[in-house]
Amino acid sequence: MAKRQVMFTFPQELIREPIIYSLGQQFKIVTNIRRADVTENRGWVMLELEGEDGDIEQGIAWVTSKGVRVDPVAGDVVEG
Amino acid sequence: MSYARALRCRKCGQEYPLQPLNRCDFCLSPLEVSYDYKAMARWLSREGLAAGPRSMWRYRDMLPVEGEEVDIGTGFTPLVKADNLGRELGLDRLYIKNDCLNPTYSFKDRPVSVAVSKAREFGFDTVACASTGNLAASVAAHAAKANMRAYVFVPSDVESGKLVGAAIYNPVLIKVDGSYDDVNRLCTEVAKRYNWGFININLRPYYAEGSKTLGYEVAEQLGWRAPDCVVAPAASGLLFTRIWKGLDELAMLGLIEPVNTHMYIAQAAGSSPIVNAFNAGSLHIHPVTADTIVKSIAIGNPADGHYALMVARQSGGGACAVDDEEAIAGVQLLAQTEGIFAEAAGGVVVGALRRLAASGAIKRSELTVAAVTGAGPRTQEILADIVRPLTVQPTIESVEESIGTAV
Repeated sequence: MAKRQVMFTFPQELIREPIIYSLGQQFKIVTNIRRADVTENRGWVMLELEGEDGDIEQGIAWVTSKGVRVDPVAGDVVEG
Repeated sequence: MSYARALRCRKCGQEYPLQPLNRCDFCLSPLEVSYDYKAMARWLSREGLAAGPRSMWRYRDMLPVEGEEVDIGTGFTPLVKADNLGRELGLDRLYIKNDCLNPTYSFKDRPVSVAVSKAREFGFDTVACASTGNLAASVAAHAAKANMRAYVFVPSDVESGKLVGAAIYNPVLIKVDGSYDDVNRLCTEVAKRYNWGFININLRPYYAEGSKTLGYEVAEQLGWRAPDCVVAPAASGLLFTRIWKGLDELAMLGLIEPVNTHMYIAQAAGSSPIVNAFNAGSLHIHPVTADTIVKSIAIGNPADGHYALMVARQSGGGACAVDDEEAIAGVQLLAQTEGIFAEAAGGVVVGALRRLAASGAIKRSELTVAAVTGAGPRTQEILADIVRPLTVQPTIESVEESIGTAV
């Protein structure tokens, strides 16, 4: 089992969709929210994903295809 | 001795032992070193600090290092009174902190010197980083000095001058054939898999502390006082927050008067998530995809962006984005007024200074320090069209004819 810490940033049109629930259901990923700030017109969620490597990859690809931006929680690792 | 006592979560306050660790296990926020300031204050004095070596290590007691430092001669760079540039911009008391003059030509030597010292203390025999150039050179140089192995990951589009700047120290140089996001993802995985001191991942809390020395030096060089305004570039936002922390600590320790410095962030317009958030009045940084020639500060998802934003807000400062053209013009203006050849990030700072002075945000009489953080010669590609020599025959007549035409 692998763990991945990520930040999801939601555009306004996806705020009402149960994306994180669907991610857990469809890809057998355990989602564990640590911090979040969601308002009626935008939101971000920091969470840990736990599951098989392949499932996490597929799940992230699916979330991205829905229009959610996915970033590592630690920010960019590449520096100047 | 070091007065560092723990790693502390910047968000929830959870404490951890001083280990190679970067994120809080509970809320995933960054950790930072906390100190016993009471004990530190009893020991430190202006005179004691001023008697130290002419390098960043004169502030050793304010850094989290226990063992022998890995020092290649970093810090105590000149703070230059920039009268010519100030005249151009309408600022009477402008100073440039010239951090181009560090051993590997950028401010990165400050944080890396601390991080590699800690890596050795923790027993790592290998250090690593992911970089578009300046960090790569600094890590490779410090690893060479410390007799450690270095793995340096770079994106495939890094300028050749920056590659040479790292390769000369003989690290294992790994060029990643993929997008910027691919390099980020790969290096996060690599850091998890190998027992390396990854400079800006598991060593990041220590790495961060090295940048405070820029703030300490500015205050000491001004005769133990904080400036009225600081303008500094922001990529991850780490340097910006640590300049502030450096000034704040000096005041807390009673070494300078309480700080009333206005902190201004400068970013390239093609990669300005912190400036965007500041202008939008938001507390959250929305990551962007960087698109600018100012590669040394092209970070779309800045790790310390939130904290840099808070510093700009709380200090009564601001944030300013400058497009690529203004950045190039800024590089030229700095060179042609003060004789300092900075990389494009320095041009961003000069462009921001121009805007902030013109808008009246920074007043003519305010003592302003601009941080110029990296030297220009490694990224000459962006200035290729400035080389227009007069070509003459080897005769006086030809010279006079050409000069006459040029005048």
